[in-house]
Amino acid sequence: MGPFLEVLIGGLLTGVLYSLVALGFVLIFKASGVFNFAQGAMVLFAALSLVRFLEVMPLWAALLGSAALMVALAVVIERVVLRPLVNQEPIILFMSTLGITFFIDGFGQSLFGSDVYPLDVGIPKDPIFIAENTFEGGLLVDQVDLWAAVVAGLLVLVLALFFQRTRIGRALRAVADDHQAAQSVGIPLNQIWVIVWSVAGLVALVAGIMWGTKLGVQFSIALVALKALPVLILGGLTSVPGAIVGGLLIGAGEKLAEVYFGPIIGGGIENWFAYMLALAILLFRPQGLFGERIIERV
Amino acid sequence: MIYREAGTFRTTYRADQAVFPIPQDKAFVLGLVAVAYLVVPFVMTDYFFLAILIPFLILALATLGLNLLVGYCGQISLGAGGFMAVGAYSAYKLVSIVPETNLVVAWLFGGVCAAGVGILFGIPSLRIKGFYLAVATLASQFFLDWMFIRITWWTNYSPSGSATAPPLDIFGWVVDRPVEKYLLALTFAVVFAVIAKNLVRGRLGRSWMATRDMDIAAEIIGIRPMGAKLSAFAISSFVCGVAGALWAFVYLGTWEPLAFDINRSFSILFMVIIGGLGSILGSFLGAAFITLLPIFLNQVPAALGLPLSTAMVSHLEFMIFGALIIFFLIVEPHGLARLWAIGKEKLRMWPFPH
Repeated sequence: MGPFLEVLIGGLLTGVLYSLVALGFVLIFKASGVFNFAQGAMVLFAALSLVRFLEVMPLWAALLGSAALMVALAVVIERVVLRPLVNQEPIILFMSTLGITFFIDGFGQSLFGSDVYPLDVGIPKDPIFIAENTFEGGLLVDQVDLWAAVVAGLLVLVLALFFQRTRIGRALRAVADDHQAAQSVGIPLNQIWVIVWSVAGLVALVAGIMWGTKLGVQFSIALVALKALPVLILGGLTSVPGAIVGGLLIGAGEKLAEVYFGPIIGGGIENWFAYMLALAILLFRPQGLFGERIIERV
Repeated sequence: MIYREAGTFRTTYRADQAVFPIPQDKAFVLGLVAVAYLVVPFVMTDYFFLAILIPFLILALATLGLNLLVGYCGQISLGAGGFMAVGAYSAYKLVSIVPETNLVVAWLFGGVCAAGVGILFGIPSLRIKGFYLAVATLASQFFLDWMFIRITWWTNYSPSGSATAPPLDIFGWVVDRPVEKYLLALTFAVVFAVIAKNLVRGRLGRSWMATRDMDIAAEIIGIRPMGAKLSAFAISSFVCGVAGALWAFVYLGTWEPLAFDINRSFSILFMVIIGGLGSILGSFLGAAFITLLPIFLNQVPAALGLPLSTAMVSHLEFMIFGALIIFFLIVEPHGLARLWAIGKEKLRMWPFPH
């Protein structure tokens, strides 16, 4: 039981990290209908900027600086990319976010360098043992992952409050519900998009801190986006709780599969298992676990 | 003035439904093909063939395949690279098991295998739509990537994980000079372009387009969504598979599974979108654009004499590539093929625009 639980907990906690990236996707998709492939690049960009800012200033200033940078990025993206492409087909917008991905990857690395930087924002990194009384030897858990879980919980709470209790949050929900109706009651769509891309940028910053602490800030962080995609479609593209639950399912599923199923067929199945799992579930629920039901009329 | 349809009177349905109803179009395309066959082989250097023309033609073929699926049937797929890999590896396996197989047969066999895999991974499209489907197709990409790396049977247990194509011998014609490789790739591209053009004009193509425009409505007028979607997946994967086999055998010679990774899929999707969704001509234009751009960007800093490190150059390349993609999408979201059509429209009016 002990090893199983250890794998399970490890998987669930990794899943939380996937959820952090997936959250950014969901926010943008809900509010603007854009499938933002650049979320992974934004995570990398935020983490890179934070690391380089930390070299010259204290933590709070660096955090503020990175946050400001992400907001600036959101403004630029809205101005330069989204506004001219308004009302285009979703696939065109998706391709434009691929363009943004290339641009941010190149821009971030030419601005901040492309080495591997260790990131230390005061999160303890050593693995610890928990529940030593219940199991022999206890369960080995990564502290970074535990912190990530706490942060993710807080983040979801803050986002929920922001969406439910503030004026801007209400406007965001209105836009997510129906663009035209929102516009006709006087909600400025462009501003809303800037806000939602900024929020996604801040979420990317948080994800970047967590992933950066875990892996070091390097290009491979951008590829985490590929891990977040199955989480996203599993949970449903439009659901914040879906992103969390999807992350937990994928994280746990892929770790368990790698440990118990992987050796039989050659190992390294983490890369595609998540996708297959998501695909299998999609066959039964085409809109993901928590996504809005797709109603079509002719 | 230069280009006009006035004076071409079509008196039969046959003439009206011709591939190129306007004589200038027909002459232009035939002329282009003639130049590609008769002039280009004599004037270009080996560098041009190897670095530009051969990859361009083979990738254009793959783009054409993906365009049938994404542009004509409306099913977004991010798995083109995986299907190319299936084509390459199954052709390779066939040749290594039965060495006397003719290579053309092996490549077509690769295409057939890719079509089978395409149908398999196309089945979810009957339930899943839009971006859910796009992400689901990534499942095939990652699974196939993994399979060709981990299952060493595919590479005949080669320790390095790479596969090497046998010498190209087609009906006794030994293809080893760049010019000959170019002619081979050109022939495949032309043949498949003609087939694709005729497919999309026919019943099958129309059922794809109806499905793309609104699948429920298409179902109501009597098009079976299963038949339309799966045939699109099958034919698209077939073409991608043949392109993959050519890419491996003709262009690369020795290849690793990385040659067909997710970046390949994305770049082919880029070619489809930049070229123009649902356009045969666009597939070629898009492939030309995306193949030439990195080569061009690579030359610019050297040509300007900027002292940049290689890492910096590659970052800048990324940046400019991304920016250009966005720029092109903003200027013409419908791709280069639409620009071409607008250009023709202008020519028709010129020099009296009213």
